[in-house]
Amino acid sequence: MAKFKATDPSRVVVDTTLEILVHIKHLLTASVIALTVASPALAENVLRWTSQGDALTLDPHSQNESPTIAMNGQMYESLVTRDADLILHPELAESWEAGEDGWTFNLRKGVKFHDGADFTAEDVVFSFERAKHEASDYKEQIKSIVSMEVIDDYSIKMVTNGVNPILPNQLTSLYIMDKGWAEANNVLVPQDYAAEEENYAVRNANGTGPFILESRAPDELTVLTRNADWWGEGMFPGNVDKIEYRPISNAATRVAALLSGEVDFVLDPPLQDLARIKSTDGLSVKTAAQIRSIFFGMDQGVDKLRTSDAEGNPFKDVRVREAMNLAIDREAIKRVVMEGLAFPTSMITSPGVLGNTPENDPPVETDPARAKALLAEAGYPDGFTVRLDCPNDRYNNDEKICQAAVSMYARIGVTVNLDAIPKSQHFPKIQNRETDFYMLGWGVPTLDSHYVFTYLLDSQGSWNASGYNNPRVNEITAAIATEIDGGKRTSMIVEAWDLIQADMPYVPIHHQVLAWGLSSAVDIPIAADDAFRPRFAVMK
Amino acid sequence: MLSFIAKRLAQSVLVMAIVSAVSFSLFNFVGDPVNNMVGQDATREQRLEIRDKLGLDDPIITQYGRFVGNMLQADFGLSYRIKRPVDDLIAERLPATLELVFVSAIISLFFGIVLGIYTGIKRNSWISRVILSTSLAGVSLPTFVIGIGLIYLFAVHLRWLPSSGRSGVVELGWWKTSLITLEGWRSIILPAITLSLFQLTLILRLVRAEMMEVMRTDFIKFARARGLSERAINFRHALRNTLVPVITIIGLNIGGLVAFSVVTETVFQWPGTGLMFIQAVNFVDVPIMAAYLVFVALLFVVINLIVDILYFVVDPRIRLGG
Repeated sequence: MAKFKATDPSRVVVDTTLEILVHIKHLLTASVIALTVASPALAENVLRWTSQGDALTLDPHSQNESPTIAMNGQMYESLVTRDADLILHPELAESWEAGEDGWTFNLRKGVKFHDGADFTAEDVVFSFERAKHEASDYKEQIKSIVSMEVIDDYSIKMVTNGVNPILPNQLTSLYIMDKGWAEANNVLVPQDYAAEEENYAVRNANGTGPFILESRAPDELTVLTRNADWWGEGMFPGNVDKIEYRPISNAATRVAALLSGEVDFVLDPPLQDLARIKSTDGLSVKTAAQIRSIFFGMDQGVDKLRTSDAEGNPFKDVRVREAMNLAIDREAIKRVVMEGLAFPTSMITSPGVLGNTPENDPPVETDPARAKALLAEAGYPDGFTVRLDCPNDRYNNDEKICQAAVSMYARIGVTVNLDAIPKSQHFPKIQNRETDFYMLGWGVPTLDSHYVFTYLLDSQGSWNASGYNNPRVNEITAAIATEIDGGKRTSMIVEAWDLIQADMPYVPIHHQVLAWGLSSAVDIPIAADDAFRPRFAVMK
Repeated sequence: MLSFIAKRLAQSVLVMAIVSAVSFSLFNFVGDPVNNMVGQDATREQRLEIRDKLGLDDPIITQYGRFVGNMLQADFGLSYRIKRPVDDLIAERLPATLELVFVSAIISLFFGIVLGIYTGIKRNSWISRVILSTSLAGVSLPTFVIGIGLIYLFAVHLRWLPSSGRSGVVELGWWKTSLITLEGWRSIILPAITLSLFQLTLILRLVRAEMMEVMRTDFIKFARARGLSERAINFRHALRNTLVPVITIIGLNIGGLVAFSVVTETVFQWPGTGLMFIQAVNFVDVPIMAAYLVFVALLFVVINLIVDILYFVVDPRIRLGG
């Protein structure tokens, strides 16, 4: 401590403070030196990255959620996988073929789990049974599989309930666990909500994948190291030896970590910070069209709208639905709300999904005058009122898009009252059919229109709160589930889309764009499904 | 004394019961957890089944009764989001929050008292004016703005300190500490300063006001008349009398620091209970929200109880009056 100069107490305070500041300065300088010395000493390629939300669990069958799937996909593998261009590739299966009543998969030989156990058909049967368990979040995806026949250690037949032409597409996030490991650790079934104890698989992993779990502190730090015994060693461009993943929930902090050089890769920088990242030396932004389309749904199924002053239900009239489409200026939304990062469209599914065609995809011309005329023709010359339900924490700028739409509808005389609320309150409204007019975004993991039809357009679709019911579309939805002839199937999908585009049950806005922030030290191919695939990550 | 404590304890239990009941009844307005718990391709039946299993459709009072019953058996259930026992999660994250609060309390106490004394004695110096006007920023700027500002200055621009996270963690038994490594101190310093600023300002202004008050009293004048040195007057007589209200405020504010840490922890990705709570709210992770609110209520109740008892010990007027 400072020596006191007896007469002036203020001096004491100032001296002490100064002395402490000097100490702090020494401490800081010392640590800066320590940091600069420590960094170059790393000989191996360490990739440090961040995103908003950590994986919820390492149990591969417990949660069907993108960050969880992406994290587990670095340690676990599925029979079939997709590359960054979303093209199907063999992973644990070397080949597969469709038969009359199911699919036969020929498995890769010589594959070992991280603990050294051999990968065989038995593990596939075990993992699929586990994924079909009641507590699994994947049981819907593979419900078409009724039984499995092990032909030998390296070939297996999946018997389906009727023909399922897209089974391989449905298996890309169905990861394979080792039966022996699961038995030894008592994780035969996925974690149940009602259970009282955490099961071993929540924080431990034993897959066949290119990376091995070294340590895991949920929401803090997860460290993975390269699996030198991986079957694909040398077959992929990736040269990462170690991955350090640190989730950062605050967007500004996440960007700061990239700007300060503490991470090499940010999966989800906020749109408004992209310009800042781009303009920083040594950093770059990659963008790609995402497989997720944003649109409004109009309930044309009920006889009387719940939140409208109109007699009956205006949305039952296709002219009103067309007017609702013509009123939206999608280019303005792209320019003003989305900072240019959107692909305006008139389809509710994205390019890359079988069924999206260049003819149907371009947005309709904005035409408020014609929209007003159509409303008048339909018997609503003065418009009507309706409430728009909108999430405010789910999609890029979701609430702002809705606000823009409100003013665009005002121009044609439709008074829209906006109700923007958190997603956990918004989605139940759609599921319980309690909304007249709502925003929804839809991604398509199978990249096939069947996934769109069955949830959003079939009259029984669980997310079809639009009440849309076209018998031919329902018929096609059922037919393409079992049509194995590719040409015939595609023409049915195209036929259905033509009907849908004419009926206009939804107001499509745009396809989302996803953006990644990268340091120049690393190159990672961006993928439309927003998944980080470290086997393609190259560090310079 | 005993009857005084017993009375206070009974009041505390009542407060706990009310706080937990009110917070619990709020959960129904947060939204539906089931939607976050299953994939988008889950069927309506599956959703209903989970609702049923979790008892989400029971009347609030039934749900609350079940919660209290489990709580009394120290069973807070499993987090909906990460499917781990809630008591484990809180025990795991509490050290991070407590260390952050501890360091912030030290910073705000030390600088608050030192600067308070200085500005109290040297009322008219320009340094005092600068300190006082900057301290206004401490109370008026929102915590997250200060946090982001510090990150951009010290992590992005100067690159002296890490922008976020808690590194240099060492396990001492079940307690994970980051206070015994340089790395740990480097990562705690920005969040601790951010969290401390509000309290620091408060203490500074309180000490200053008290100091000025005390300096006007007769016993200081008398001490001066006795010819005591300025140092003895300021530190032995004035400061001591200043500290009584300061200690009271500090006790109450420790609870405030824990509550404020929600924002600070989110900005700095500090893996404590506050960050866990925010994530739970976004997901509608009811078990974590319920346990956290009960925990914070308990903390406030215990601190208040201790302060009350300390009053009883320190201040003879309460003893006589009560």
